[in-house]
Amino acid sequence: MKTEMQLTIDRIKCDGHGLCAELLPERIRVDDWGYPIIAPGPIPEHLAQHAQRAVAACPTLALALARIARSK
Amino acid sequence: MSGLRVLAGPELTSGAESFADHTQRLGTPQSTGRALVETLVRSGLTGRGGASFPVGLKWRSVIAAKGSPVVIANGAEGEPQSHKDRLLMTTRPHLVLDGAFIAARTVHARQVVLYIGEEHKAGWSAMARALDERPEGERRIARIVGAPHRYVAGDSSAAVHLIDGGVATPTTTPPSTHERGLDGAPTLVQNVETLAHIALIARYGDAWYGSAGRRGAAGTVLITMAGGVNHPGVLEVEAGTTVEEAVAMAGGVTEPTSAVLIGGYFGAWVQAAKAWELPLDIASLQARGLSLGCGVVGLLPAARCGVCDTSRIMGYLATESSAQCGPCFFGLRALSDACSRIAERGANRDDLARLKKWAIEVPGRGACKHPDGAVMFLRSALSTFADEFAVHPAHWRQQPA
Repeated sequence: MKTEMQLTIDRIKCDGHGLCAELLPERIRVDDWGYPIIAPGPIPEHLAQHAQRAVAACPTLALALARIARSK
Repeated sequence: MSGLRVLAGPELTSGAESFADHTQRLGTPQSTGRALVETLVRSGLTGRGGASFPVGLKWRSVIAAKGSPVVIANGAEGEPQSHKDRLLMTTRPHLVLDGAFIAARTVHARQVVLYIGEEHKAGWSAMARALDERPEGERRIARIVGAPHRYVAGDSSAAVHLIDGGVATPTTTPPSTHERGLDGAPTLVQNVETLAHIALIARYGDAWYGSAGRRGAAGTVLITMAGGVNHPGVLEVEAGTTVEEAVAMAGGVTEPTSAVLIGGYFGAWVQAAKAWELPLDIASLQARGLSLGCGVVGLLPAARCGVCDTSRIMGYLATESSAQCGPCFFGLRALSDACSRIAERGANRDDLARLKKWAIEVPGRGACKHPDGAVMFLRSALSTFADEFAVHPAHWRQQPA
């Protein structure tokens, strides 16, 4: 089965440090209070490494990359 | 006044129906097990706590999940305008208990928790007395736990969190409570009104359930009429009854009405002219982008200001955020502040633009649906009271609460 990568966020854990938006501005921006707004849809192949770096940098472990079955 | 089905029986003013009277009037429910689950699926019954989740499907997934399930009867009723759950617990506690114990037998639950709003004193004591009247086998597995007087306490994950860990704040989903709830066990959280309907469907079946209802809708619903009606309070109406018919049942309007709040604080304002013909039925409302929610129908008299009332309710909802998720805690506070600036100091384009921007950014970004519900409510206000928001005078202090 084909899969794709998707960013998920635990909103309770997230404290709005904003590192994710610094490291992956192509997909993540912050709102007026510093909390991430993640663009919908899967992470394209060429951004996969940047996405992984953003996940690794999250100080509260709120951000995660999930591999899910590709939606048609 | 008595109702059609779950509120049928002795006068509601005479208080809780005893177990003896209840059993004599209705007999003992027979149907449990797989057959009942399929009956519930066919009946189309949906949850009455606000989220309108199909009951039969929830039971199926609890049965399919691994582990020994728990049943939670949710009588938190944190919605300030809603009174149906406390009325039901106060007057027909055994119907609620029947539903809870039928659920327990059907999903093979080892415990039943009656989760009751701490402020609903009459409902609590009626339920406690009713539980004492039940057979030993039922009493042994059941206990009552108090729900704190907070808006989010009725969320199913908050209920599980309170019973498990003593804090009534929602937790991150997935997993949903019916997959992993109390002590990690699959947990069936069902609103007390839903349980009362289940108690009757287990006796009379899905065809009987569907024999009530107007305009293609099935069953009955409890609604709370609030605001500018002559007899505010709880009504049991056939699903599909229009707002206009329900208002007539509540003694008509006290004065001309400008808008109607359908579904409570997570619901939506609708202009009165468009509201009268709306059928009070989950599917018909959903088809119009509305929701029945917990069944509150609130009439706004034309003399009251929709902007000020919206601002007041947004202030309440911002305060009721459990302050766990930034977009909800900061977002709702900012939305509420912008509303009250318009209400207090008068319309201004900057705040209106902020409201519109944040109303798009905030929803969908909390662990629970609190920000989504609050913003849905606000967006309905921005469209229903568009003219008022654009030209609102600084008149907060002239409007009594």
